[in-house]
Amino acid sequence: MEKTIAGKTIAVNEEGYLTDFSQWDESVGKELATEANIDLTPRHWEVLKYLQKEQQNQIALSIRRVGKSGVVDIKEFYSLFPNAPLKTSTKIAGIPKPASCI
Amino acid sequence: MKNLVILGAGTAGTMMANHLHHELKQPDWQITIIDERNEHHYQPGYLFLPFDIYTPDDIVKTIEEFIPNDVTLLKRKIERIVPTENKIQLKDGAELNYDILIVATGAKIAPEETEGMGGKEWQKSVFDFYTFEGALALRNKLRDWEGGKLVVHITEMPIKCPVAPLEFAFLADSFFKHKHMRDKVEITYVTPLSGAFTKPKATEALEHLLHEKGINIESDFAIEHVDNENKTIVDYGGREIPFDILVTVPTNKGDALMERSGMGDDLNYVPTHKATLQSKDYANVFVIGDASNIPASKAGSVAHFEAEILTENILRYVKDEPLKEEFDGHANCFIETGGGKALLIDFNYTHEPVEGSFPFAGIGPLRLLKESRMNHMGKLAFRWIYWNVLLKGTHIPFVSATMSESGKNYN
Repeated sequence: MEKTIAGKTIAVNEEGYLTDFSQWDESVGKELATEANIDLTPRHWEVLKYLQKEQQNQIALSIRRVGKSGVVDIKEFYSLFPNAPLKTSTKIAGIPKPASCI
Repeated sequence: MKNLVILGAGTAGTMMANHLHHELKQPDWQITIIDERNEHHYQPGYLFLPFDIYTPDDIVKTIEEFIPNDVTLLKRKIERIVPTENKIQLKDGAELNYDILIVATGAKIAPEETEGMGGKEWQKSVFDFYTFEGALALRNKLRDWEGGKLVVHITEMPIKCPVAPLEFAFLADSFFKHKHMRDKVEITYVTPLSGAFTKPKATEALEHLLHEKGINIESDFAIEHVDNENKTIVDYGGREIPFDILVTVPTNKGDALMERSGMGDDLNYVPTHKATLQSKDYANVFVIGDASNIPASKAGSVAHFEAEILTENILRYVKDEPLKEEFDGHANCFIETGGGKALLIDFNYTHEPVEGSFPFAGIGPLRLLKESRMNHMGKLAFRWIYWNVLLKGTHIPFVSATMSESGKNYN
């Protein structure tokens, strides 16, 4: 399905995650953050860039891994992206929702 | 003579010994299996111990009785794998060389990963049921518990058998109903996932059942610590859930041997090719069951399907042929729902559990994703199948290692 984000037509899945990262840019990220009631600060951007880099390197994301990354600890991750930080932050970063596998 | 060494005589390692001794025979091959333990446990039985449905005798046998005579069983502690030298070092200083290594060392609970979890309330009001000792301690507690807040909790994924905590909640509901005290027990299911399960269609069916049974669900809960003083669990966002009994599934990790050997990821799972089961780092090392990091369920049925494909791949490797990229993540699990009923789910890497029939399209006799007595009978029969068929590496008729899509309702 498609959705208009920051004036652009963007392909998203039924949960609102981008399905094509090449359609992401910072204005898209900002609008998705606003939808999640988050004002992006430079700290947020550091975490988002880190998540995108991990995704590019095909590293499976988990709260534990983010917490051990040296980029942000879990407590701060929660304060930056309250409630469900991994789900919220990956959506804003334009990358797939982590599977948490099974 | 060449050496094939299997590390771990649990479900996966024992099945591999049974499969391979027919194929790799002396004097060309010597198969050795190493495990320091004396007992083989039917781990799915841990779920039934707390409710006095199974006794310890039902689920414990000796390791020896499942290892073929021509396979050498070494009951020794393994100190380190040296994969660059194709060598195993044992704790007592002895060394073993291998031509092919199969890692089947499983996964274990690691309560120490969460602050306060292994604290002073451990096995008093904080329990696990993924170990024999934990399940028995919980049984003793439940026998004369007078009621209160029962919290069933998952720390983080992946865990062995992701449906077991749900089954625990369902069986608890049934157990307290039988004891005519369900009204005295408040059951809450706490999960780090957004819903009852990882896959949407099964989540919907399972949440419906939780609701029907009056079990509360708290989702997206990433635990920070267990507060032993106030008997609450607290998440990173500050959310608190009080308990009188906490039944938790701690973080699961691979064996510490992987850490000592430098072969594991941050949870001690071995990086493994998900379709061939070959180690990503060493061509002559194969990984089966819970020891691997493949994104499949950590359930015995998965190890069973893996064993059939891995046996073929090891024979191909011996003959220098390309490996089959065939493992599809197939899992097949009964989910006890209490009151003598169960669900059955069948899924793989790409297909989530859906409704339908199993193993025969349109006929069943088992129904997928629907509660039935027949499924419950299947679950109970499985213990016999485990000891007598599955561990011995005998193929279960009509159940294939890769998943069949027929008889299933994908829309």
